[in-house]
Parts: sequence; C-alpha cells; structure tokens
Amino acid sequence: MIEKEKVYWIYKKIFTIRFFEERIKKIAKEKIVPGYLHTCIGSEAICVGVMAALNQDDWISSTYRNHGHAIAKGCELNEITSEIYGRKTGICKGRGGSMHISDFSKGMLGSFGIVAAGPAVVLGAALQEKINKSNKTCVSFFGDGAIHNGAFHEAAGLAKLWDIPMIFVCENNGYAEATATDWHLNTKELSDITKAYDMLSYIGDGNNVFEVYDITKKAISEAKQKNTPIFLEFKNYRFSGQYEGDTQLYQPQEEIDKAKQNDPIKLAKENSSKYGLNENDLEKIINEAKADVDKAFDHADTQPWPQPEDALEEVYVNYPVEINT
Amino acid sequence: MTIKTVKDAINDALVQSFEEDKNVILMGEDIAGGKGREQYQGTQDAWGGPFGVTQGLYTKFGGERVRDTTIAEAGFFGAAIGAAMTGLRPIVELMYVDFAGVCFDQMMNQAAKVRYMFGGKQKVPMVVRTVVGAGFRAGSEHSQTLYSLYTHIPGLKVVAPYDAYDAKGLLLSSIKDDDPVIFMEHKRLYMTSCEVPDDLKPIPLGKGRIRREGSDVTIIAIQRMNLFAEEAANELEKININCEIVDPRTYSPLDEELIFHSVKKTGKVIIVDESNPKCSLASEISSLISEKCFSDLKAGVIKITAPHTPVPFSPPMEDFYIPSTKKIIDAVKKLKDV
Ligand SMILES: Cc1ncc(C[n+]2csc(CCOP(=O)(O)OP(=O)(O)O)c2C)c(N)n1
Ligand SMILES: [Mg+2]
Repeated sequence: MIEKEKVYWIYKKIFTIRFFEERIKKIAKEKIVPGYLHTCIGSEAICVGVMAALNQDDWISSTYRNHGHAIAKGCELNEITSEIYGRKTGICKGRGGSMHISDFSKGMLGSFGIVAAGPAVVLGAALQEKINKSNKTCVSFFGDGAIHNGAFHEAAGLAKLWDIPMIFVCENNGYAEATATDWHLNTKELSDITKAYDMLSYIGDGNNVFEVYDITKKAISEAKQKNTPIFLEFKNYRFSGQYEGDTQLYQPQEEIDKAKQNDPIKLAKENSSKYGLNENDLEKIINEAKADVDKAFDHADTQPWPQPEDALEEVYVNYPVEINT
Repeated sequence: MTIKTVKDAINDALVQSFEEDKNVILMGEDIAGGKGREQYQGTQDAWGGPFGVTQGLYTKFGGERVRDTTIAEAGFFGAAIGAAMTGLRPIVELMYVDFAGVCFDQMMNQAAKVRYMFGGKQKVPMVVRTVVGAGFRAGSEHSQTLYSLYTHIPGLKVVAPYDAYDAKGLLLSSIKDDDPVIFMEHKRLYMTSCEVPDDLKPIPLGKGRIRREGSDVTIIAIQRMNLFAEEAANELEKININCEIVDPRTYSPLDEELIFHSVKKTGKVIIVDESNPKCSLASEISSLISEKCFSDLKAGVIKITAPHTPVPFSPPMEDFYIPSTKKIIDAVKKLKDV
C-alpha cells in the first residue's frame, strides 16, 4: 500500500499537468504565446507514475513534449510558464521555449527537440553513476516513433553491453506525428524490438498511474540488482495533436471517443477511493491544482522580456573573444 | 501568369516532375500523413509534411512513389542514394535542416563522394528538400539555416530560392540535375507570393539574379534576406541612394561573375546572411570579393549576419539574432560617405 502523502502527490501532479495543458491549448488558440506547443494530454499518468518512483535528483531526459515531465519532476510552475511565454525569468531564461523546458537542478538532463536524442545522453549519465559508484536512477523518456531511429538503437545496444542499469521509458501513445503506431511498427508489440539486445522489457497500461508507478519501481530495483537496462513500454493515447494547431484529421472521432473511456484522469478519479481519497480530498486537490496553474499563468504574463543582447550570453563556459554581431 | 505562393510553386514543381518522369519518387516523414490504424483509418494525405507543401501528391501518385517513412533519416537518405544510382530520381524531405545531424553522413560521405571516389562511373541524382530559417519562434533546434554546412562539401549542390518564381524554376532543375542537390526552403517564405508563369522553364543552377539595379552599393542577400534588402533599398531610394541587390540563389555552384560584375560597378559591398558568421556564405563571398575585386573596392566588405550563437526562442532575442532592415540601412549609410 502506498502512503497517503504519495497518493496525494500523485493526484496533485496528475491534475496539475492536465489543467496546465488545457490552459496551454487555450493560449495556443488565442495565439498568446509564440512558437510550437506540444501538449501531453493523455500522458499524465506516465509522467507522474514514473516520476513517483524517482527521487528529485535522479536523472531524466525528455523531448519537445515535455511539460508533463517537467511538472512531475518538480520544476517550478512559474518558471515553466514564463519560459513558454518567452520571458527572462523562464526556466531557460527564454532561450529554450516550450520545446526545451528543462531544469538541471531538478535532475533534467535536457528536453531535446531531436527525436531519439535523449536515450544516449541518459546512457552517459548512467555510465557516470556507475563509474562513480553512485546510485541515482537514470530514465529516458521518448515516444513510439523514436524506436525507429538509429540513435535509440545505438544507446540500447551500448546500455546492454555495458551492463548499465538505466530505464528506457517509451510512451506508446499511438502516434508519431500523423502516423499511427499500427502502421509504423514491424513487430507485434513495440517492446519486441528489445529482443535484439536481449534486454528485459515490460508493458504497462499508461493510463493507470498506479500501474505505471508499480512497474517503474520494480524495474528500477531489478535493473540495479541485475545491473541491466530495462525497457518499459506504456501504452496510452495522444489526445492532443502532434502540436497545437494540428487538424488531427488522421485521428478519427470514433477512435478518440473510445480512448476517452480510458482517459488517465478519468481512471485516477475512479480509483481515488481505492487509494484512500474521499470526495472532499479529491475536490481539494483539484482546486489546488487549478489555482496553482492559474497563478502560474498570471505570473508569466507579468514577467519581463529578455533584452535583445541577452541572446549573446552563455554560448560557452569560457570564450576569450567577445561574441557580438 | 498566376500569382503563386512559394509553397504552391514547390508543390507545382513536384507534380510536374512526377508527371514528366516516372522515376521521380518522394520519401519523408508524414509527407502524406495519416498512415493509420487497422481498425480506425483517419484521413490519408492529412499533412503533406508539417507545412503542407507535399499535400496531394500521395493522392495523385500513390503510395509506391510517395512514401511516408519512419523517423529513420539515415535509412531513407541512404536508400535515396542507392535508388538514385540505379535509376530513380528520389526526392527526400528533411523536415527541418536542424535534423541534418542524424543523416549527415549519407550526404557528406556517400551522396557527395560516390561519383568521384568510384572513378566517375556513377551519379547520384537525388534532391534533399529541407526547411530552414529563423523567425518562427521555433527555438534552437528548429530554426537554423546551415547553408554553409552543405556548401562546404564538394559533390553537393546547394540551392536556396527566395520567391515562388525561383522556387519552382530551381526545383524543376534540381530534380532534373544529375548530382545530389540540397534544396533549402525558408519557412518564413512559404506563404509569400509572386507571379509564376504556368509554363516556367527550369532555371539553371549556378545563375544568380539581380533583383534590383543600382549604382551606389551592392547588397548581396541570402534567401530571406532579400526581403530586408528590398525594404532597405526602398527606404534608401528616398534619400537618393541606389542599391543593387544580388541574389545568388544557388550557393554551390555560385554565380561569381554576377557578383563581381556588380562589385566592379559599385565598389561597395554588403552581404546579408541569416546564418551564423563563422565559415558562412557571407565570409565565403566576402573572401572571394577581396581576392578577385580588391582594386575595385572603395571600402571593406560589410557582413551582416546572425551572431555566433544558437537561435534563441524568445522574440526580442530572436529578432536581435536575425539581420534586420535597419542594420542594412545603417551599413549602407556608412558606406555612402566613403
Ligand atoms: C530526428 C528527427 N526527425 C524528425 C523530427 C520531427 N518530429 C518531431 S516529433 C516527431 C514524432 C515523434 O513521435 P513519437 O516518438 O511517437 O513521440 P510523440 O510525439 O508521440 O510524443 C517527429 C517525426 C525530429 N524532431 N527529429
Ligand atoms: Mg508517439
């Protein structure tokens, strides 16, 4: 049985992410912020379930679809939102934007816009943990589409060869952009691709936050005990388009309606009493999450813009020549 | 004569090339889109790439020639090379040039070198269509231009059209060309339009274009920078400064004659390039001019480029990153008094 505090944390995060992303959809429609916005509606249980099994200083990598990961990993809502608004006080000082929300001090190695860039970077962090005999858990998040990219396979092969206990977390949300998983997979199950590396893999219901948590927790201890990488495939559904503004014509309404029956938020609500939350608890959590999100967006809107010349900063750690135009 | 956007002009050139030559094929991620589920099939051809440029080709020409790929650039770029060597004319889409890194080897070491290294017996008639450019608030990994990365490699040709007329004419030639061509489309230009004759002939690679005649200063503008050069020239005309705008259009081969001719006329040169400055088109063209036209120059060549930084996301910083009309005007004024 998981402790009440953790249950509360899980519910708070899962609702915060959903409300956050709904707000993002709204500001995207109203064209309040510039640039590409990729929301993770439907991925909340994976973000929160995995992160519930991690410590704040464990390492993760994320992608352009990172808001949920960042929120679950403990990044400040105000800073995430300000970044999306392009403000100086944003989590990346306005240099990254929505696609690159990442805070190293919260264990995020980066949110990479290049598909399949993350796994190898996490492999390196895990190698460091091994060499320094440290024990931080290392997790790379990526999508079903990423498993076709060479960079993923090279990282997987090395992780296995080097006995690196990292966790590959594949969010199989049914789509890579406008291409359905059914069409792009060569194997029956996505995780069958790990067979080539003789890598342990487990499949879980990505809509059920407690199942995700459970599987991840077990995988982490098994990986560390056996000194081996483990591949986790969590199945869910990408309710959002690839990016905000995507017409989603390739996602038939019938399919969306069917997926809604397993919406992770709906499941979490249905399961709440099983985990010791009563109606009042749930309502309180929901209200808190809403208020936090509202506050963060209000905050972002008041934040200062960067100066144009701020663009020249922090290209290098050390560069003896001034960078100017 | 029809008014066309760059986006439609490119689509037209693709359709025309598909009709003219059955060996032309197209590969890329979601260039059709909508490859669906067994159970629920949504709309096919739903995307046409992220900017809708290739939309309709799948419906018109079918999945054998218009192939959606997985996110496996090294795989389908390599495949394009083999297909090109053995008789097809593949066009591959690199969704953003920023993804060059994951399939650069294919272009740098195979496509570019096969002909030379294997004794001139083979050719690789393929085209890489790719999207470049800042100004879209797309951040550091979706906004670069990287013109010089490809221009640097012997064996590759590099094309970067500014308007719809050039986009169509140059793409027609690129597809007919027997060498590998990198065809760079600027995301901020897709929706700009101009007149494009329906029967436009292919525009030869290696021929630049004088976009505006003038006698005081030569502005050499790279792709989207033609827009700012034109704006600057319009402003400067009001104070009787006449700028000549040279659009090289292709960077390898480069129309050196056209550039030198203009430099000889004005003796004053500004090069505007959206790329990072080190080892860029701007520095290349500048060095050529100082080598070949030294005695014609009345002042040092001025380069207006992005700074030596990645492309930042936030609007004030990104706007600062991109060369501006104002910077061009200031530079011209500085040269005027020389
Ligand atoms: C190397 C590379 N190729 C193509 C892209 C463009 N792209 C961005 S997201 C995406 C689909 C990724 O799908 P998936 O891995 O399933 O992740 P999801 O978006 O579903 O979370 C593609 C093709 C990219 N960012 N990087
Ligand atoms: Mg996916």
